[in-house]
Amino acid sequence: MTMLEPQTTAVPAPHPSIVSEPYWDGLRRHELMFQRCGACNGITHTPSPVCAHCLAEDLTWERSAGTGTIYSWTMVWRPQTPAFEVPYCPVIVDVDEGWQILSNLIGIDTDDVAVGLRVAVEFHPIADGFVLPYFRPVEGGRP
Amino acid sequence: MPRHTSHPFHDVCIVGIHNTEQARVLEGHDSRSITRAAGYGAVADAGLTMRDIDGIVGQTGSDLLYEARIGPIWRSMSGLGIPALLDAIGAITNGLATTVLIAAGSAGIYTDRASTAPWTRPAHEFVAPFGMFTAAEFALIARRHMEMYGTTAEALATVAATIRNNGHVHPDAVYRGRGPFTVQDVLDSRMVADPFHLLDCSMTAEGGCALVLTTAERARDLAHDPVYVLGGNTDHFGPAYQHPPAWDLGGNVRPDLVAGTVGRRAAEMSFAMCGLGPDDVDVCEFYDPFSFEIIRQFEAFGFCGPGEGGDFVLDGNIGPGERFPVTTDGGLMSFSHGGAVVQLLQRVIRGVQQLRHECVTMQVLDAEVAMCSGGGAGALFNDVLLLGRTHP
Repeated sequence: MTMLEPQTTAVPAPHPSIVSEPYWDGLRRHELMFQRCGACNGITHTPSPVCAHCLAEDLTWERSAGTGTIYSWTMVWRPQTPAFEVPYCPVIVDVDEGWQILSNLIGIDTDDVAVGLRVAVEFHPIADGFVLPYFRPVEGGRP
Repeated sequence: MPRHTSHPFHDVCIVGIHNTEQARVLEGHDSRSITRAAGYGAVADAGLTMRDIDGIVGQTGSDLLYEARIGPIWRSMSGLGIPALLDAIGAITNGLATTVLIAAGSAGIYTDRASTAPWTRPAHEFVAPFGMFTAAEFALIARRHMEMYGTTAEALATVAATIRNNGHVHPDAVYRGRGPFTVQDVLDSRMVADPFHLLDCSMTAEGGCALVLTTAERARDLAHDPVYVLGGNTDHFGPAYQHPPAWDLGGNVRPDLVAGTVGRRAAEMSFAMCGLGPDDVDVCEFYDPFSFEIIRQFEAFGFCGPGEGGDFVLDGNIGPGERFPVTTDGGLMSFSHGGAVVQLLQRVIRGVQQLRHECVTMQVLDAEVAMCSGGGAGALFNDVLLLGRTHP
């Protein structure tokens, strides 16, 4: 049993592209942003110049409620680099608006992680002024 | 074996193969020197000289071309693996080249042992900050399958023990003599990225390998019985290790084919090229970056139904002497994982050895058809190549 904590600020900072800059800017404001299509209403993530559903170049940024459900998870005990403290828990979250995000799960014992767990986004600063979206279980969120 | 389908690929043969020494660290070598050793080895195996080569594949392969001053010849920029063979096969069938050398080698690249190997952790904004590397990427795929179908850690460990035991007895495997391994040994090894224990994961190593391909007509005069290309293709969903590796990642064109089933389309098209199916395959030289990928490929390639891969590997199908022996030299887990791309060719080399009936260990009796693969769902691609001992 080990409680999953946020990483320290030493983890590698992202290198945004011109397409993804608004996403990282949103995180600095503690807002989780995604792209919605003006033509078909579909959602696209990771950030893209075109809608993943209808290919329209009519995407606008929208703020997510930041809640979702664990779709898949792994528990890492051999770190990618020494910048990471183990264990840490990469997850794919089904975000409630209908998109998926890769993140790390925090605030739960390693033995209690499960697909179906209800989670909410939580913002943590790292190096170079970036903010990462982590996810934490919500009250009564057991599957 | 009924074969009623003709395809231009059938007029191309693999006539030369070579694996250099493989080791955790190859003292005295760099990538260029070990690639050279591999390339010259394969050319010699074919009974040819470098002057017979009029096509070459790969960056380090291009160094060979320059060193030997055999230009001007055809060259592909393919990133190696089965796509390199498909490039070479296409060039030969189209008349761009007659005899093509595919050479790969890697040494001296992985030196910072406090981190995972550099090729496992490409820096990308949506994965690097979350500590992702290949084991975690493939674990997210495996976990989803376990959740959907009840696939067990024991099934994964059965794959790992089987392949590692194949390598244990192989005289040239990096991990020769390290076993034998039981399923419990795998389950007892330390956890790397749940559900993958250390022994569920491929190794890191250094080494080189190479192949020579030519026309079936030319092949008749060469040193070894030729091995024929029966079919092949590749499935890709986009760049590896940048986007969430979700089992259900799908496309707008074929919504029935998702990342979790990547390789199905390539396998179906490969089988259609030669009028064969999974039941015609004698040996499965599948790519084994992580134990679960073998289970997934048996499903994707049509050897069993969706969700049945766990039971398939537990039911005595994949071991020595069983119906579908898998990754018979020990694969990426035990034979070698010689850098970023070398191992992507070695499943094909082992398939050729099986069809030449020259394997020192784990030779599949009377093997006629080999299925070789590369890649996996965690990397959003899967390549397939079907080889035969006789012309279709």
